[in-house]
Amino acid sequence: MEQTFFYILATVAVIGTILAIAEKHPVHAILYLVTSLFSIAVIFYLLMAPLVAVFEVILYAGAIMVLFLFVIMMLDLGHPEKGLSPHWRECLPALALAGVSIDCLAIVIVSRHGAVAAPAAASLPVREVARRLFRDHGLAVELISLQLLFALVGALYLGRQGAPSPGLRPSPPQERGDGGEGEAS
Amino acid sequence: MIVPLEHVLILAGLLFFLGMGGLLAWRANLIMMLVCIEVMLNAVMLAFVGGSARWGGADGQLFAIFIMALTSSEVSLALAMVVYLHRRRKTVDTDRFSEMKG
Repeated sequence: MEQTFFYILATVAVIGTILAIAEKHPVHAILYLVTSLFSIAVIFYLLMAPLVAVFEVILYAGAIMVLFLFVIMMLDLGHPEKGLSPHWRECLPALALAGVSIDCLAIVIVSRHGAVAAPAAASLPVREVARRLFRDHGLAVELISLQLLFALVGALYLGRQGAPSPGLRPSPPQERGDGGEGEAS
Repeated sequence: MIVPLEHVLILAGLLFFLGMGGLLAWRANLIMMLVCIEVMLNAVMLAFVGGSARWGGADGQLFAIFIMALTSSEVSLALAMVVYLHRRRKTVDTDRFSEMKG
């Protein structure tokens, strides 16, 4: 039963990802990707990682993808007719390289048989996961918090309205008021 | 473990290669490049969680959570940079940002 669910969800994830990277409209691509992320979250739940599954829904599908949507709407990028989508000739090297990689994966799969399901390990409760996180990986938690702080400061520095320095802003100052975020409102 | 680890790794590899191909195909659009990087990081998280479910440890799940925190900071910085670049040149076309002297 759960095996069937896994394969159905894997199919949904792969098809959603293919539709996301083949879609010319950025907003549609992100919505397809949200579908793929939801199915991967359920796969995480089936693989006995409920905490990661919940974080996947809340953080990935809920925060990061909405951030993408906000930026696309704010910068008014949802126009596929502006010529930013690749020509089919530009897709050829990407298709060739990804095809080589996927063929290598298929050869590796075919060459070794006998994939049997391992005996089920016990699912870890959230309390145990949190204990191992803060007891064994305390330094990593501190480093991640520092990294988030640096990302916050960097995003604030990059996103502020005023000119950072006179050399970094080649555009004349009278165009500053009607560009960027002013178009979205 | 409900399915063999190989099947989880196959799924993760497929998603990773799809993201890689998309990244190469969409190399003119910054937003779609970031979306494809998200797909690739998500595949890596799937591989970590599959290993954690195979051997019964919590380390794979913890590294998946670390990757998630890393991704959120990366996306925030990258999108701030996209907003900054769009404010300078009014486009997100990567071919327009080919020189460094500003």
